[in-house]
Amino acid sequence: MNHKFKIIACLLSILLFWGTPLQAEDIDAKQMVFSHIGDSYGWHITTWGETHITVPLPVIVISKTEGFNVFLSSKLEEGETYNNFKIAEEGKYAGKVVEVTPSGELVRPVDLSITKNALALILNSIILISIIMFVAKWYKKQPVSAPKGFVGAMEMFIMDVHDSIIKPSVGKGYEKYAPYLLTAFFFIFINNVMGLIPIFPAGANTTGNIAITMVLALCTFFVVNITGTKEYWKEILWPDVPVWMKVPIPLMPIIEIFGIFTKPFALMIRLFANITAGHAIIISLTSLIFITVAMGPAVNTGMTVLSVVLSIFMNCVELLVAYIQAYVFTMLSSIFIGLSQVEKHKVEAY
Amino acid sequence: MFLFTFLEAAVANLGIGTLGAALGAGLAAIGAGLGIGKIGSYAMEAIARQPEAANDIRMTMIIASALIEGACLFAIVVCFLAL
Repeated sequence: MNHKFKIIACLLSILLFWGTPLQAEDIDAKQMVFSHIGDSYGWHITTWGETHITVPLPVIVISKTEGFNVFLSSKLEEGETYNNFKIAEEGKYAGKVVEVTPSGELVRPVDLSITKNALALILNSIILISIIMFVAKWYKKQPVSAPKGFVGAMEMFIMDVHDSIIKPSVGKGYEKYAPYLLTAFFFIFINNVMGLIPIFPAGANTTGNIAITMVLALCTFFVVNITGTKEYWKEILWPDVPVWMKVPIPLMPIIEIFGIFTKPFALMIRLFANITAGHAIIISLTSLIFITVAMGPAVNTGMTVLSVVLSIFMNCVELLVAYIQAYVFTMLSSIFIGLSQVEKHKVEAY
Repeated sequence: MFLFTFLEAAVANLGIGTLGAALGAGLAAIGAGLGIGKIGSYAMEAIARQPEAANDIRMTMIIASALIEGACLFAIVVCFLAL
């Protein structure tokens, strides 16, 4: 133990006093963070010196004048224009594909491109479907025996979600909603975990995209309100409160209607903000190394050690957050569904 | 006195929006820390009183923390927009 410490101390002090001139480039940490968190037309993997290594993705735009156009995003790199289309630099449409009309105006066409998040969604969905179908096929082939290995682990996982989140929270009639809730849980969990792996083709921040979390929250919104019983709607629009809270100004009904919208809204923002903030923290910690390059080798080495330790810790926390956010989303959705399946209360006669 | 000179310098270089965003994020972190700290302390007390219920209490604690963090992350999202 003592011997190892001496070796590490020697190596560190060599680095400290090795006065190599370090190149100091201007690192824009904010731009680095936002470009990793956000969506983009090409999948940028790394920058080797001056060349950007990017996986080009198809840009599919339908414009009124040019019609249906499909081309690779590599044609739009570095601000080039292709067929009157370019990526706008600043203004309202900054970062998105716009069409330059002959009068010089920037018009936004119908944009159906396969961007980084869209491709990552497709890949993660394929992974999710193949895992679940594999497990399901195993049970079809061996209906009576107990599974081992990967199928056994998946059974434990799925049954735990089913028995401890869905069954108690939804209550009676939980079998109808279990497929949707299980899908939501595993979709969110797999997307969160794939977002943490930094190598292509994983590493895209899908659940940190507010459009994706909005769709998930909308699914819960529709399930809760469309399958709500008549008693549920009665309790919202004509609740069992004193008459003055309902009649001239419908105070309670307005508050209840607000509640219908705020609950899925909170679901959306909670998932989006947790995952985005986690990614932002990890990227900022990693960029600490590059920011302190200009301050000399001593500070840089110290910050590198600190950054590595903190990054490992933050990645473990983010793994936990990935599971917890999927758990909380599924649990709250099941509770909302359970609350909407309310039966008429029988008033007991005294 | 010093606060005013500091504020003037900040406005001149970065703009008061960035200052507000940074302050807001710090306050949101304080709020999250206070709330989750209280939950943690009560959960530990409860587990100490009844160790058999530790699993239930742990799950409830995690759910309550996630809800509190949801509220604080509303603030963080607004700070990101103001950054």
